Amino acid sequence: MGAWTERQRSILDFALSSLLRRAGKNVALLAVYAAVVFLLASTMFLLSALRREAALVLAGAPDLIVQRLVAGRMDLVPVAYAGRLRGIRGVSSVRPRLWGYHYDPARKATFTLMVPLEGPPQEGTVVLGGAAARLKGTAVGRQIPLQTHAGSTLNLRVAWILSSESELVAADLLLLSETDFRAITGIPTESATDLVLTVPNERERGTVAAKIARELPDTRGVLRADVLRTYDAVFSWRGGMATLLLTGTLFAFVIFAWDRASGLSAQERREIGVLKAVGWETSDIVLLKTWEGAAVSLTAFLAGTLLAYAHVFFASGTLLARVMKGWSVLYPDFRLVPAVDPYQVGTLMVLTVLPYAAATVVPVWRAATVDPDAVMRA
Amino acid sequence: MSNRPPVSIVEPASRPAAGPGVRKSSVFLGATLLQTALLGLCLVHARYAGKESRPAVARRAATVRALGLTDLCLFTDAAYTRHLALADGHAPFQEHPACLEHFPAGSLASPPATLGR
Repeated sequence: MGAWTERQRSILDFALSSLLRRAGKNVALLAVYAAVVFLLASTMFLLSALRREAALVLAGAPDLIVQRLVAGRMDLVPVAYAGRLRGIRGVSSVRPRLWGYHYDPARKATFTLMVPLEGPPQEGTVVLGGAAARLKGTAVGRQIPLQTHAGSTLNLRVAWILSSESELVAADLLLLSETDFRAITGIPTESATDLVLTVPNERERGTVAAKIARELPDTRGVLRADVLRTYDAVFSWRGGMATLLLTGTLFAFVIFAWDRASGLSAQERREIGVLKAVGWETSDIVLLKTWEGAAVSLTAFLAGTLLAYAHVFFASGTLLARVMKGWSVLYPDFRLVPAVDPYQVGTLMVLTVLPYAAATVVPVWRAATVDPDAVMRA
Repeated sequence: MSNRPPVSIVEPASRPAAGPGVRKSSVFLGATLLQTALLGLCLVHARYAGKESRPAVARRAATVRALGLTDLCLFTDAAYTRHLALADGHAPFQEHPACLEHFPAGSLASPPATLGR
């Protein structure tokens, strides 16, 4: 066992010396490789954290939301519909929900106006989400002017600002009383944005949604399960964001593998020829090159993964946040809770280390099995 | 080839490979072990942070319940990305044929699950 270990360490010493002889090229390779792993790992960590957060937080979303569609677009729903829906078996409550958007031309931002289902603010006051308060540059007790649909200005006093820990769900909210909401949006009292239904029995919700579709054909129901499925799909590997980011890294990897698999440099071929000429066996050379590949890929994997973890969970995913922010004027300031497990890290390792190691060993094996004289003369 | 005497590729243990008393393999293995340990610490941190965050997550879920929210406030540049779960059926395809996507977030967010309803 001792001799075997010593042999491996000696070959590793030789492999590291070989890598250091081409230090410039290998450091550049390591940096790019680690950057690829970093991007892949950052995406994976960010998506899994967001998916976990969405699943936990949106578990509190309404059981069933009923929206009205007119000519394929969402339209205001008559509050009278609530009476018809209350009669459906399994529905314990139906509440009109009031929400909409409000564009602030001075700040070029669109806020979400909403009347909370529970405990709405008093008339004449407003509760702000964290990002909305920051953008408006206001504080508790100060007045903010909002333009109504009729063109007049409604001044509302800031009652409080939602805590920073709620920004992921409420950053852009302006919470109002029903009277103020209707004054700003012009939505008449007999209409609401949509209806929120409570259906305590989870197994009945699908049936209730189907009944509503028959009862009120101009509506559509959105179940809480649909909401959760949407976010699960958005933040899954097959989701849009993952696809976009992973395609880039995949292409980078293809270039790596292509570079390695398409053949060795003349210097590497000569080195193999010399080693064979001085008595190295094919298996020794393959082992040497395997150690070289392992040294590069393992270092890149560990460095890239550690940097990605620090980037996503200690630096709030600064680089990816810029991509996610897009053209948003309002963006939540939040810190994600890590949702990383050994399975994810193992998957990442298989995705990044094995292809490189395989791409390194195959051409070496091909070169190491030919005659050293031919290799050196080539 | 067959007459060539076998050459030992085992370096003598006494011969240093990188500086006095330090082999390159020792430096590499030490650095790899250190990084592996740090990765292990990350996994421990993730587990610990997950437990620590439970009260805050419960408060966020309570906010969602009290306000009647349906979506995370992540992409605020378009109505259909701000409220992904409630997006209009046609919205991911924009409002008229051959219209180019206006918002970067539209490329990042896949169509909502309710699209086919």
